[in-house]
Amino acid sequence: MIDYDKLIAKKCREMKPSGIRKFFDLANAMEGVISLGVGEPDFQTPWNVRHAAITALEKGKTKYTANSGLSELRRAISAKTERDTGVHYDPDSEIIVTVGGSEGIDIAIRSLIDPGDEVLVVEPCFVCYSPIVSLCGGVPVPITTRAQDRFRLTAEQLKAAITPKTKVLILPFPNNPTGAVMEREDLEAVAEVLRGTDILVLTDEIYSALTYGIKHFSIIQLPGMRERTIYVNGFSKAYSMTGWRLGYICAPQPLVKQMLKIHQYGIMSSPTISQYAAIEALEECDADVEKMRREYDQRRRYLVNALNSIGLDCFEPQGAFYVFPSIKSTGLSSEEFCEKLLYEHSVAVVPGNAFGECGEGYIRISYAYSIAHIKTAVQRIKEFVG
Amino acid sequence: MDALLELLKSNARLSNEELGVMTGMTGKEVADKIAAYEKAGIIKGYTAVINDELADKNAVTAFIEVNVTPKADFGFDDIARTIMRFDEVDSVTLMSGSFDLAVTLSGSDYKEIALFVARRLSTLEGVVATKTHFVLKRFKESGLFMEDESADERGMVSP
Repeated sequence: MIDYDKLIAKKCREMKPSGIRKFFDLANAMEGVISLGVGEPDFQTPWNVRHAAITALEKGKTKYTANSGLSELRRAISAKTERDTGVHYDPDSEIIVTVGGSEGIDIAIRSLIDPGDEVLVVEPCFVCYSPIVSLCGGVPVPITTRAQDRFRLTAEQLKAAITPKTKVLILPFPNNPTGAVMEREDLEAVAEVLRGTDILVLTDEIYSALTYGIKHFSIIQLPGMRERTIYVNGFSKAYSMTGWRLGYICAPQPLVKQMLKIHQYGIMSSPTISQYAAIEALEECDADVEKMRREYDQRRRYLVNALNSIGLDCFEPQGAFYVFPSIKSTGLSSEEFCEKLLYEHSVAVVPGNAFGECGEGYIRISYAYSIAHIKTAVQRIKEFVG
Repeated sequence: MDALLELLKSNARLSNEELGVMTGMTGKEVADKIAAYEKAGIIKGYTAVINDELADKNAVTAFIEVNVTPKADFGFDDIARTIMRFDEVDSVTLMSGSFDLAVTLSGSDYKEIALFVARRLSTLEGVVATKTHFVLKRFKESGLFMEDESADERGMVSP
């Protein structure tokens, strides 16, 4: 018998599986579960985008593209980024089309981190940053955002976490799971700490299209920040294109040049059909995105109100499509709460600690569901909490 | 379009309180606004979108092109108003193009519609010609797919 564990690389063996996996398995094994647990939009990809993919397929656009992606798509990404932020990236040397935002995060971290380098990870956050940092031999250093700061990173927290080994700050806003955003003045304070250091920023703005009552602001818009920032965005959330696996990074040319090597050997080029569809999305779908955003906003208001009224204290999120209520009043841990809710009332949500230890005492509820669906689920949560 | 109207168009069964929470108003403000819309004739009514093919297997819907002779002074309005008063008629629309009025009507079977066209519609003064098209299958109605697309394919939980 082969002892596979002995053969597996230590760094991989020591990697913890995502805390979400367990709930995925539990929920999928049960009948009649109503879920508010997913991190992807419920809307169909706009039909014209799907149709563009069909057309591309019919025309036989099934070969590799340039490593960094179709030139036409990179031009569209450059134009879109400039439209949204006023910041220009050269489509020929400063943009890579990646396999989802995830690959962008992966190659950004891998291109920067040597063993022992410290990476500041603003938590709670999406699950992938720390494991990738660890895989590179880097040291993830969590910075815990707090409810009283509206889950925003403060300059004081940042300053306190910086050491001579700090290489990168990962800035995930609008935030999954809290729904928090960083406004211009918040980012200005952070930028002030970083200017004059050699610390780079990896800004994951995959939810940038989904903010409510507030216009998204990117750290790249601040003086001196474009040159020290890797900007990650993608098509999954804004255009409801999760399964198309398409995202992009924008960064200064010397960084892109290095990341492109990893992308080239690991991926070759991102899915061609998806790239053709993405051009259509960028050029023709502003109205579709706005329509989805408005609907998310209505659900968000509904859900926040409903949760507060059943006694789950709820920070008002201004971005993404999650709410992050505190369940401390129930006396249960996040996992206990989620397990009981699942077993006793057949509702699946995600325990907050799946997004970092500091998420303990919270749960993540997604509103990427129809109002009717949310209403039913909230009724069950009410029976559970009440 | 106003967010409240958009919401009502997609789901008219939400309570005023729910509509208020979703649009940033109080329930009272929603009630007042809806009352004003009703008074102004902007909201004409509240109906359900029903898949007739499932609700009543024999039900038939027809789309009729009607050519009419417009009357002096009244144009097409007079004849349109006459046609719309028949209970069987669901909608009457003045069209540009090769015919004048588009009339939809529903009946409990084909014969009922045929008789309506032959006895009531064609015989009206001013109706020059009619062309009746029976609906064979409805795919989309009021923005809703009549056949359910595949169910939610997302997993129960994902990051």
